[in-house]
Amino acid sequence: MPKVRMALNITVKNPEQTGSVRDADLIAKVQSGQHELFYELVQPYERRVYAAALAILRNEEDAEDAAQEAMLKAFANIRKFRAEARFSTWLIQITVNEALMRRRRERTVVMEGIDDRHSGPGEAESDYAPRDFADWREIPSEALERKEVRQRLAEALATLDEKYRQVFVLRDMEHLNIQETAEALGITVASVKTRLLRARLMLRDLLAAGWKQGWFSRLPFEKGTKPW
Amino acid sequence: MVESTRNCEDVWREISNYIDGEVDAAMRLEMEEHFKVCKRCASVLAGTQNVVQLYGDERMLEVPAGFSRRLEKRLARNASGRGQRWSSWWAWLVPAAAVVLIAAGVLLMNSLTFKNFIQSRHAQPGNNVPPDLVVVVSDGSKVFHVPGCPFIHDKASERTMTAKEATRDGYVPCTRCLRQYLKTGLTQHAGQQVAETAGGGGDEEQEELLSTAGR
Repeated sequence: MPKVRMALNITVKNPEQTGSVRDADLIAKVQSGQHELFYELVQPYERRVYAAALAILRNEEDAEDAAQEAMLKAFANIRKFRAEARFSTWLIQITVNEALMRRRRERTVVMEGIDDRHSGPGEAESDYAPRDFADWREIPSEALERKEVRQRLAEALATLDEKYRQVFVLRDMEHLNIQETAEALGITVASVKTRLLRARLMLRDLLAAGWKQGWFSRLPFEKGTKPW
Repeated sequence: MVESTRNCEDVWREISNYIDGEVDAAMRLEMEEHFKVCKRCASVLAGTQNVVQLYGDERMLEVPAGFSRRLEKRLARNASGRGQRWSSWWAWLVPAAAVVLIAAGVLLMNSLTFKNFIQSRHAQPGNNVPPDLVVVVSDGSKVFHVPGCPFIHDKASERTMTAKEATRDGYVPCTRCLRQYLKTGLTQHAGQQVAETAGGGGDEEQEELLSTAGR
């Protein structure tokens, strides 16, 4: 398990990614005592915060509670926020830290994921080989309008082993960069890259299987075309 | 056309970095050439790009129904809790200040009462003074004395009259020369208070304090 770190002390050395003007303005106001503006500050990030917690805890109730707790910690520590980090990144790092601490504290039994079916304990993380080579057609983003598609994708994600799921969620869903993902999880940049590769390839295989199982069968493809 | 020099496994290993732009120019070129000639790797690339695109969509970040409302409520409760802590601090300050004021008021009242005792001691009419006793009054003071009292002010204006007359005219007995007539409960109580305030000194001290206050 990655070492639990105090996310509050993490500084993201990426000045060009400093929070937006909106964030900076709201942060200054909250720091000066206008506490009622804190929700306005975090509201745009609540989905990302929840997703980060869910990626680690895999239980909706626990994830919501952890996400709320993370928001409260962010509120309590808003004066410690330093402008060189993106506010969203800071928030997500606090959330990851909160979720990791909860998981360690509660000793949650982690379900065996797809990774364990395809690799032994000593197998290198980068050894995963794609299994499906169907000719892919780009899945239109409109597919995500359908709840069952989102549900299928979420279920596929949930089958990943936690170490791959965490990296994938932070990198590809939360859009943290590689360095930020590594810092949030307390792992090396190389590990992030390796786990990300594996997570993406495994999800690709699951999506390919999903095609065959008809996940996207009701997609509005143009007449005369095939999904792939 | 550059010929692909990479095998499929090499490409798979770098395909994630390729999507993220984390491979150098030479590697990128080699991989692009490989994708052109290898349908399997092109499939892996397209599928992986699909994964990144689909999961990277904001719509994939769903929250449970009511999440926002519950979060806002909890934050508001926390914020108001902070406010309450402040207000309760202020709420404690108000009664504390009130207690201080009351205590100060009591002390002030005691002080005034104490003064009143002293003043009353001086201002008390000479009820116990024999009414026919010949006393001396003078200008500049409303105190009557026995003749020869050293505390008579403005001796040049001395006049004699009876104690009854002096009392009727608003004069009060001198606490020095007529003290024998002032041993009333009131003066004794005043004497006790002065003694307590002065730290329980002896009779001489009491007398001195009383007399000083009476000047």
